[in-house]
Amino acid sequence: MGYSWNWDVLLQPSATGDGTYLGWMFYGFKMTIGLSLSAWLMALILGALVGVLRTVPNKALSGLAAAYVELFRNIPLLVQLFIWYFVLPELAPAALGDAFKQSNPIVQQFVSALLCLGFFTSARVAEQVRSGINSLPRGQKNAALAIGFTLAQAYRYVMLPMAFRLVVPPLTSEFLNIFKNSAVCSTIGLLELAAEGRQLVDYTAQPYESFIAVTLAYVLINVVVMFAMRRVEAQVRVPGYMGGH
Amino acid sequence: MITMNKVSKHYGAFQVLTDCTTHVAKGEVVVVCGPSGSGKSTLIKCVNGLEPFQSGEVTVNGISVGDPRTDLPKLRAHVGMVFQNFELFPHMTIVDNLTVAQVKVLGRDPAEAQDKGMALLDRVGLKVQALKYPGQLSGGQQQRVAIARALAMDPICMLFDEPTSALDPEMINEVLDVMSELAQEGMTMMCVTHEMGFAKRVASRVIFMDQGRIVEDDSKDAFFANPRSDRAQQFLAKILQH
Repeated sequence: MGYSWNWDVLLQPSATGDGTYLGWMFYGFKMTIGLSLSAWLMALILGALVGVLRTVPNKALSGLAAAYVELFRNIPLLVQLFIWYFVLPELAPAALGDAFKQSNPIVQQFVSALLCLGFFTSARVAEQVRSGINSLPRGQKNAALAIGFTLAQAYRYVMLPMAFRLVVPPLTSEFLNIFKNSAVCSTIGLLELAAEGRQLVDYTAQPYESFIAVTLAYVLINVVVMFAMRRVEAQVRVPGYMGGH
Repeated sequence: MITMNKVSKHYGAFQVLTDCTTHVAKGEVVVVCGPSGSGKSTLIKCVNGLEPFQSGEVTVNGISVGDPRTDLPKLRAHVGMVFQNFELFPHMTIVDNLTVAQVKVLGRDPAEAQDKGMALLDRVGLKVQALKYPGQLSGGQQQRVAIARALAMDPICMLFDEPTSALDPEMINEVLDVMSELAQEGMTMMCVTHEMGFAKRVASRVIFMDQGRIVEDDSKDAFFANPRSDRAQQFLAKILQH
């Protein structure tokens, strides 16, 4: 097809003189991982909290949690990103908005991307946690209350330990998704893995090598996450339950 | 010990309990029976407030269950309950099932709770299973553990909600034996069950329910010898056939 392959291009010094093109990619790789892991941490904490609230008897609390989920789950990720990055700094109190706009552009991009991915994913985590809690036998809650636990203790000692075990597999999917979703953040200029891939194409004119390298980097991340989550699954398996021995 | 006075409960338009009144004295064993859907389980769950009710009053040891000022967790901690499906906590070892509430609810020292748990496991013949998980035990064993778990809280009375209904026939007796032993020791018990043999041997009184009402509330001998209502006669005829 007349394409001249040149993998060595990755090791050549970059046009801007700051290391190699592979070095650019590595910068994006670190950004993707840093962003995704911090957003995942935020999503897990918020999502667990909101997921629990969706199942409590208090109608006001569960309604509020449901509204939270629908808000962050139903607005497209890209739109949410633009709202965090372009719109909210304008709507925020002047002092706060100005402080944001005068900060380092990388900080602006990273904070917007983190909030966007974190809230978006937390709504999805909340749904998984809720379904985990709802799939427990109803008698478990009764048994916990009957022995004298308060509702909070029933969640803490009886329902959540089992619910979280049940949702490890679906949470693995969400965990994988957050790395892939983070590519959207290139649209506000954040130099993560996908953005570096495009840069590489522009500077080297070797699109196949560039995108293959980036794709492999994503695959590497996913493989590591999958193995790690499988370890977690095995660690928390309950003997005599759900295929445990 | 347990008093129910005109307890009524409905889900929307559906009346589950109507004017249920009864009394369980200290040391009494009361068996609650009746066809399925008659409200037996709901009635027994009103005693520890697992099922709210709209009117009437339930008191346990003089404390009103329906009163919003009542500290329900505190009351429940001293009312043991055993469920049809055992409801052990699957992620905890057997001995942890027996100690967690002692420590977290009663504030007992963990070592003391452990000793008490092991002694109770020994009593129900399951000491060697202490470090296993509920999923590794048979149904009969799990139900004996569930009874031991309730006893670990030093209950003033025990509620049983069809404790043998989910068991294979050959495991029913091991559970009934533990319950009979408890009754002989003078434990106050309210027990929803279809095991009429157990009722005949152990019960002091039998309550028969139908369509959310207490139709009969009589001494064991009077109930079995001469049930007054047609409904109870039919029920006994059916259930005693085999």
